[in-house]
Amino acid sequence: MNMQAPQQESTAVNGIFKLAILAVGGQGGGVLTAWIESVARAQGYDVQATSVAGVSQRTGATIYYIEMAPGSDQQPVFALAPSGGDVDVMIAAEMMEVGRSIMRGFVTPDRTTLIGSTHRQLAVSEKTIPGDGIADAAEVRAAAEIAAQRLILADMDQLAVAQGSVISASLFGALAGAGVLPFPRVAFEEAIRASGKGVEASLRAFDAGYSAAQDGEEQTQKQGVPVAPEIIGPEDRMRQWDGLKAWVQAMPDPVQDMALAGLRKVVDFQDAAYGNLYLDHLNRAIGVDGADQGWALSIAAAKYIANAMAYDDIIKVADLKTRAPRLDRIRREMGAEDAQLVQLTEFFHPRAEEVAGLMPAAMGVKWEASPRRMALLAKLFGRGRRLRTDTLRAFLMLYVLGGLKGYRLRTRRHAVEAAHLEVWLARCLAMRDQDYALAVELFKNRRLIKGYSDTHARGLGKFDRVMEAADLLTGREDAAEWMARLREAALQDPEGKALSGAIETVRSFV
Amino acid sequence: MAERSFKAEVEHLRKGQGDVFTGEGILAITKALLENGVGYVGGYQGAPISHLMDVLADAEELLTELGVRFEANASEAAAAAMLAASVHYPIRGAVTFKGPVGVNVASDALANLCSSGVNGGALIIVGEDYGEGSSIMQERSHGFAMKSQFWMLDPRPNLPSITKAVKDGFELSEASNTPVMLMVRIRSCHVTGSFATKDNLPPPLAMKQAIAAPQSDFKRVVLPPWSYVHEQQKIAERWPAAEKFIIENGLNEVMGPDTAKLGIVVQGGMYNGVIRALQRLGLADIFGKTEVPLYVLNVTYPLVRDEFAGFCTGKDHILVVEEGQPEHIEQHLGSFLYKAQSKIKLYGKDVLPMAGEYTGQVMLDGVTAFLKQAAPDMLPGQVRAPNREMPAIPDLSKTVPTRPPGFCTGCPERPIFAGMKLVEEELGKHQISGDIGCHLFGSLPPFEIGGSTMGYGLGPAANGAFDGGGERRAIAMLGDGGFWHNGLSSSIGNMVYNKSDNVVVIVDNYYSAATGGQDLLSSRVVNETKATGNPIQAALKGVGVKWIKTIDHSYDVAKVRDTVKEALTTEFQGPKVIVASSECMLNKQRREKPLRQKAIRDGRRVDVPRFGVDADVCTGDHACIRLSGCPSLSLKRLEDPLRDDPIAHIDQTCVGCGNCGEVADAAALCPSFYRADVVHNPGGLERWRAGVRSRVRTWLQTRRDVRRLRLEDAPT
Repeated sequence: MNMQAPQQESTAVNGIFKLAILAVGGQGGGVLTAWIESVARAQGYDVQATSVAGVSQRTGATIYYIEMAPGSDQQPVFALAPSGGDVDVMIAAEMMEVGRSIMRGFVTPDRTTLIGSTHRQLAVSEKTIPGDGIADAAEVRAAAEIAAQRLILADMDQLAVAQGSVISASLFGALAGAGVLPFPRVAFEEAIRASGKGVEASLRAFDAGYSAAQDGEEQTQKQGVPVAPEIIGPEDRMRQWDGLKAWVQAMPDPVQDMALAGLRKVVDFQDAAYGNLYLDHLNRAIGVDGADQGWALSIAAAKYIANAMAYDDIIKVADLKTRAPRLDRIRREMGAEDAQLVQLTEFFHPRAEEVAGLMPAAMGVKWEASPRRMALLAKLFGRGRRLRTDTLRAFLMLYVLGGLKGYRLRTRRHAVEAAHLEVWLARCLAMRDQDYALAVELFKNRRLIKGYSDTHARGLGKFDRVMEAADLLTGREDAAEWMARLREAALQDPEGKALSGAIETVRSFV
Repeated sequence: MAERSFKAEVEHLRKGQGDVFTGEGILAITKALLENGVGYVGGYQGAPISHLMDVLADAEELLTELGVRFEANASEAAAAAMLAASVHYPIRGAVTFKGPVGVNVASDALANLCSSGVNGGALIIVGEDYGEGSSIMQERSHGFAMKSQFWMLDPRPNLPSITKAVKDGFELSEASNTPVMLMVRIRSCHVTGSFATKDNLPPPLAMKQAIAAPQSDFKRVVLPPWSYVHEQQKIAERWPAAEKFIIENGLNEVMGPDTAKLGIVVQGGMYNGVIRALQRLGLADIFGKTEVPLYVLNVTYPLVRDEFAGFCTGKDHILVVEEGQPEHIEQHLGSFLYKAQSKIKLYGKDVLPMAGEYTGQVMLDGVTAFLKQAAPDMLPGQVRAPNREMPAIPDLSKTVPTRPPGFCTGCPERPIFAGMKLVEEELGKHQISGDIGCHLFGSLPPFEIGGSTMGYGLGPAANGAFDGGGERRAIAMLGDGGFWHNGLSSSIGNMVYNKSDNVVVIVDNYYSAATGGQDLLSSRVVNETKATGNPIQAALKGVGVKWIKTIDHSYDVAKVRDTVKEALTTEFQGPKVIVASSECMLNKQRREKPLRQKAIRDGRRVDVPRFGVDADVCTGDHACIRLSGCPSLSLKRLEDPLRDDPIAHIDQTCVGCGNCGEVADAAALCPSFYRADVVHNPGGLERWRAGVRSRVRTWLQTRRDVRRLRLEDAPT
């Protein structure tokens, strides 16, 4: 949306201070509005606030609007809704709402102070696609820097939550801290006290927001990137691990980081020997790769071979669910205090396929081939199970399952995964000489295989269709780009509608 | 129990002569009703006037003190019908509902009321749900006034004007024996401000006295020949009386200089917008002192010919600012000018858009366009020749996602649609009609269940054409609100009588939830002044539904799935009705949270459930979200170079409704979800047992960890 040229405002209309709040329903925009109104009234201003109470307030985006002017013997005429190019302060309680306020023209370089929260409350459309549909906050930030006369951005939600309060309080603090209203800080705090609900927590969040506005965003940022978890274990086994690590350090520099990450994953999944196998596979890629291409093939291989080898079977899930750090992690996440207990319920719904996959390879083949036997498995196991893993019975069951690593490599599931890996790997490497870029893309297609049961099956289906399409593309200049496009299309919707469309397009020109 | 309580605010309704009221429009309207001796009030909730009903309900004690009867009517039709009390009895009555949909429902009663005419003042307070924030089709209530000949007030949107309009409305109604509609726009209902109060006035004739001395007059009954007489009275007596009253009491306002050659005719409700445009053009000051003459129509129907002619004297250009379409007022004024053979140039929907809300920008552009033609010299230089260009601001329309309303966190309706989605995946797509209510969000992604909405309680009726049956049965959604409003007869009775073979899913969340959680017949709470606790199933049996299935815990996705599947596949011929119940989570949290906090403070054992996702088990396919869309079930990116896609994550706003677990189970999704019940104040035995378990677990875990390589704590 392109912006109108701003009107040369007459001084008259500048006598009115205009403040808009764009929030998501349920964020407490009404409370914030009431606070602002009461502080202004207490300071002898004439104030008018408007809002829309309706379904838009459920979880949709909604606007609150306030106008004020110094009190006098006459009543000013206030507008009931904000106008593009005519807003002094725009408060947006979420990063995409910051973007929406700019789109709607409420933020203009000639007058608007924009106070926004950088946190994300994802819209449904961002969450439902199988790939990564999260909107680009950086674009919004860039636009905000251009559009706003003054910009105050911080994770106001985090600031408030950290104080056991809600975002309305930290935003109110930021408004006070911005110093755009001619009222002393105490007057703002008084408004909070007067409202009389959760006062102390609100005041703490108010203070956090106030500082964020005064000191800028940096102070409020969570610092430090979490370091990747390391492999740990008994000494004898750590020696094996060090051996593997040494092998990785012998690899070309650009490949090492990804190789190490991959190695960690497969060793955690199975054991050192399996890690060894992983490095063997990886070396086949490195062997045909070179620095001239920046080792792109090997890096992709390092990533996706690891993901392929650490497939999601019942054993892995059972192991992860019974590990020592998990309960503490959950206690932390739930904010449970020491005096409180935490009960855990897991939701399992194994299907006949998963059970057959757990059988010895040969037996599994036989059972999968027989609909009657599969029906029997479905009858025996195929129902939802809720396991209270804080109790010993359920815990033991998962513990035993999670301990089947020694047997895993003989299971039907492993046979299937290993075969699938070998075919895919060979195909990627075979493509290397003919079309390096396409070979890299073929590795990346592995991204399509994820999820459990039906979702996993659907992912496999998409993977196969995309890999087939590679045959159509082979030999073309732009084969790699098209391969990437097909993969992105496959990630657009669960059924693969977008993929079918894209494949049709490909067929149309090959 | 309504979403918002006005218990504190209603105390302000006791203010008297010489006090000042400061607060919201809806409260001001209530206060004005009491100051003007209203005898009975009622209505039906719906944005934007839901809160007016809530205020009246919360003020019932004060109303009773004053001898004012409050009726929470079953529908807008019932509310309008209640005004029949003012036909014979000299009692002032007021009802409220939303427009235009509420007026649609009420129009039968309104038409009859208008034919009979009224003796006591009859006021219909309509919250016009038009423009941003509206949840309905964009229409006007104005046309109803024209067809039934009742008068329409559209006061300037500030508390003094709105409260004066209540007084004017009653008096105008009595002076012209005609019902009066007081229209307040979507933002006026909640506009805040102040006005000087007067003492409340008990009704001169209370309902109890009236019923003791019944009155009737067959001349007022809508039957020939009297119905013909009524029509003549509307034109020959009531209309002129109304015009006389409007002129004599100066209900409409003329502002600005009388010398100017141009003027603007504006609906009262649009006045602030016009003044803001003039302020921005430097043609008005902040107090509304304008250089462009204004004729403010606080009464938008009837239009007073002589008053308008007076305003037009000496002018060459007139702009009509009238929001919405069609442009009834502009057409009407145009015919006045034409019949008067006037040379005045009339502007309106040519410089302003025919359709859509008149926002600040639209108004500014419209007024500017008018002045460019009518009086270019009045415009500031900037507008005539803009010389300052804005820096181009990047286009975000492709970046910023739309954010339509959806089910709240923990909503009991979500699992119903999750279950129906699973049925769709199994049996294929069915003909599904939606209804009015929160459940209509089910027609939006991620569920996309339901393709139409024909009106409150009309979901099943909207499938009438499919009652003949066929390969696949049609499904209709219906809320408990819609069921009692209109659905029992118009939808369910209709199905039974027409031997429908289709399916109805009644979403019973114990309240009229979408309008703010008001109680209704089947609410399970005890309400001192209303009779709740009347089960929907009993009513269904009463109208002859034989196949009724109850799901008393709507979070049981598997049960929903199986029950809907059964309804679609059973041999049974005839209407199949499923009642899926669970309490609206907003109301439930409001009621239970304080109790829970207290219990915890008192040291009682409380267990608080919440859901979580194991980051290392989730593969980021988002299948769970496609069966949920819950605000608390979101995504997060991991700092893991091996991961491409963000994984599911549940934030601290989760209320532990159970949908995630049910869906993961029913859809055989994935084992990433877990439910964590934090037990506050656990008992001694319980703590001991937990200790034992924990020691055994730790022993087992250590035993395994000394034999293997593993990652230290996995990513969270």
